[in-house]
Amino acid sequence: MTFEPRIVGFLCNWCTYTGADLAGTARIKYAPNLRAVRVMCSGRIDPTFVIKTFLEGADGVLIGGCHPGDCHYQEGNYKALRRYKLLKKILPDYGIEPERLRLEWVAASEGDRFAKIVDEFTEEIRALGPLSFGESIAESMSLDIDPHKELEGREEEK
Amino acid sequence: MDSEERIGVYICHCGTNIASKVDIAEIVEFAKGMKGVIVAKDYKFMCSDPGQGLIEKDIKEYNLNRIVVASCSPLMHEKTFRKVCERSGLNPYLFTMANIREQCSWVHIDENAATEKAKALVAAAIRRSAFLEPLERREVSINPTTLVVGGGIAGIQASLDLAEAGKKVVLVEREPSIGGHMAKFDKTFPTLDCAACILTPKMVQVGQHPNIELFTYSEVEDVSGYVGNFKVKIRKKARYVDENLCNGCGMCMEKCPGTRVPRKGNVHERLSLGPTSAIYLPSMQAVPAVPVIDRNSCIYFQKGKCRICEKVCERDAINFDMEDEFHEFEVGNIIIAAGFQTFDPSVVIRYRYGLLPNVLTAMDFEIMNCASGSTGGKILKSDGTEPKSVGIIHCVGSRDKRYHEYCSRVCCMYALKFAHLIKEKTNAEVYNFYIDLRCFGKGYEEFYDRLLGEDVRFVRGKVGEITDLAIHPGEQGKLIIRVEDTLIGAVRRVPVDMVILATGLEAPEGLAELAKKCNVSVGKDGFIIERHPKLGPVATATDGVFIAGACQSPKDIPDTVAQASAASSAVLSMIMRGKIEIESATAEIDEERCSGCRICNDLCPYMAISFEEEKGVSVINEALCKGCGTCVAACPSNAITAKHFTNEQIFSEIEGLLQ
Repeated sequence: MTFEPRIVGFLCNWCTYTGADLAGTARIKYAPNLRAVRVMCSGRIDPTFVIKTFLEGADGVLIGGCHPGDCHYQEGNYKALRRYKLLKKILPDYGIEPERLRLEWVAASEGDRFAKIVDEFTEEIRALGPLSFGESIAESMSLDIDPHKELEGREEEK
Repeated sequence: MDSEERIGVYICHCGTNIASKVDIAEIVEFAKGMKGVIVAKDYKFMCSDPGQGLIEKDIKEYNLNRIVVASCSPLMHEKTFRKVCERSGLNPYLFTMANIREQCSWVHIDENAATEKAKALVAAAIRRSAFLEPLERREVSINPTTLVVGGGIAGIQASLDLAEAGKKVVLVEREPSIGGHMAKFDKTFPTLDCAACILTPKMVQVGQHPNIELFTYSEVEDVSGYVGNFKVKIRKKARYVDENLCNGCGMCMEKCPGTRVPRKGNVHERLSLGPTSAIYLPSMQAVPAVPVIDRNSCIYFQKGKCRICEKVCERDAINFDMEDEFHEFEVGNIIIAAGFQTFDPSVVIRYRYGLLPNVLTAMDFEIMNCASGSTGGKILKSDGTEPKSVGIIHCVGSRDKRYHEYCSRVCCMYALKFAHLIKEKTNAEVYNFYIDLRCFGKGYEEFYDRLLGEDVRFVRGKVGEITDLAIHPGEQGKLIIRVEDTLIGAVRRVPVDMVILATGLEAPEGLAELAKKCNVSVGKDGFIIERHPKLGPVATATDGVFIAGACQSPKDIPDTVAQASAASSAVLSMIMRGKIEIESATAEIDEERCSGCRICNDLCPYMAISFEEEKGVSVINEALCKGCGTCVAACPSNAITAKHFTNEQIFSEIEGLLQ
């Protein structure tokens, strides 16, 4: 059986999510491997979302925002870009290939492009194979990002 | 989070749209097995009356406190189902939607894969819903004044509709006069109505209407705010003539020694509707009838001497020191009616526009044909004689992947109109070179039929080249149109005296910038994207911003007028309601956790976050917050919560997707 990657997409409401909807309306077929989380703006995408997603077993993460200059909230996509670049640097420390994270600007009118990106990305991840890292890394990652655990830790310190 | 969540899950078949790819029964069983799910059901159309009724009934019967509907995109029906919850006494923000149509059944081929993905999406929605919290409704009032951008027929119609209903309008037009393209036409298809006769009264009405504040030669500089409460800044360019003093006598234009090139760089630059003096009116029907000085051709501005217009003006209306003015308004809604521009055919080198003087664009011909134009409505070649034969080339810049892929919708019909007018005025032989004739509107096919009876010739084929290189006898001094006649299956050379390029319509210069100011998007074709291609043709993704006319896509006058009235009626219904509910999902700072680092303060694009010196914490002004969540993702203390998009909600969604 071929490896079917599991990919999570964090898509901004106004551009990429709408573009993905347009792919649907136009009945453009693409790989079923990506599952979307809708956020209002790519600027909402906290780096911990990405870490959490890998931790939960995803093989790839796609961040989708509006093209530069087109952000519905003026400049949230630039913030997303900065965080993405930061994440790209951090991921290898956790043993995650940076290629597993991808950022794309997809406009509301670019349904065909959205489908193409998902197909491409799915094949890239398929070639990389399943994501795996040791339990100790997983545990440290989860401590790093889980708000509850972080809180508990604080309270214990007190 | 409620101590005990009681979730109702509803899976929609959407006829066969979802059910043909996704195993609905399997999803229902799967949902039933999830924590907190009290009831899971499926129905053919969840959005239908019985579908909605099913949810309402269950909320009461099972005392449900969370609702999940798996159906189409939330952009389609989230509002519908939120209302269902509200009617049943459930806070609308306790509703979640799983998009298993647009992002699942419609885009995947394999049924198993589609069903698996649908399960994941439903699981994510169910797990997210457990963490939802009720949010308070937020309402804002609607300022009854409307900004209309663009003074063509679309903007004129929309403004008059609103003004006649007693509502104030601020109409902004970047040219010195309103009227747009329509004011440059002599006749309109298919009725051959005189464009000026039907448009001029409307232009005058706009100019005189007490409810319309007209800004010509002006542009929208800046837009801020949100639905019901926009703030707009308008730049009124210096026209060097005081509108309040000028009485439109025209003496200045008569005496002006300067010469203006009406259309720079155009081979037919001498074709003009208005006077060609440096101080000019764009046409004699201009509204307002107040001339403008063109700085580039004004002798005083270029050489420092002249000021003849100032001397002859009895009203002292000329003011060479005039500067751009800025005006600010508060408006509740915005209608963008920015129109179009025509395709520049000089890029299609093989048609040699700009090189061969008797190759004209459609707008060149319109102006030449217009009674108030520089030829007095006579159809003349560059040597001043009437053409004996004319070729009209369709689809120039349209239906061509190198230029614009779309059909410009109006060219077939105006080309037929040209053919009729040329026949009527000159009795020349007229050839139409077409790909397909699209005569789709009321009376259009009948008009085409009439043309066939008028001996107009039709050649089916895309023209390869226009040249003046004669190789056969009878081609000397002519323009030769080389075309593959696809009906006879042969390449032909058709010699004519004049060629008219039926240039397509494209998004006007500056439309993307204007759209950006108003927070709406343009598509690949450059036109503004409507909220829904079928059911929301005049609304946009941004509440309070509407579109009308050709800035949405190429369209003819009747469609433009209909859309303008649709936009104004949408605006009127907002004004009459007086209030509108806006998104409650804003961000909130937990003072206990805020360290006062102020990182969020500068991140907010709406300046909604300020620092409270006394408490040493940042606070968010909810009225200004639009809920993008940028600050939330940046807060190092996890002190900011994005309501309805909390970390917990998104984490649980991720867990659901990958469970």
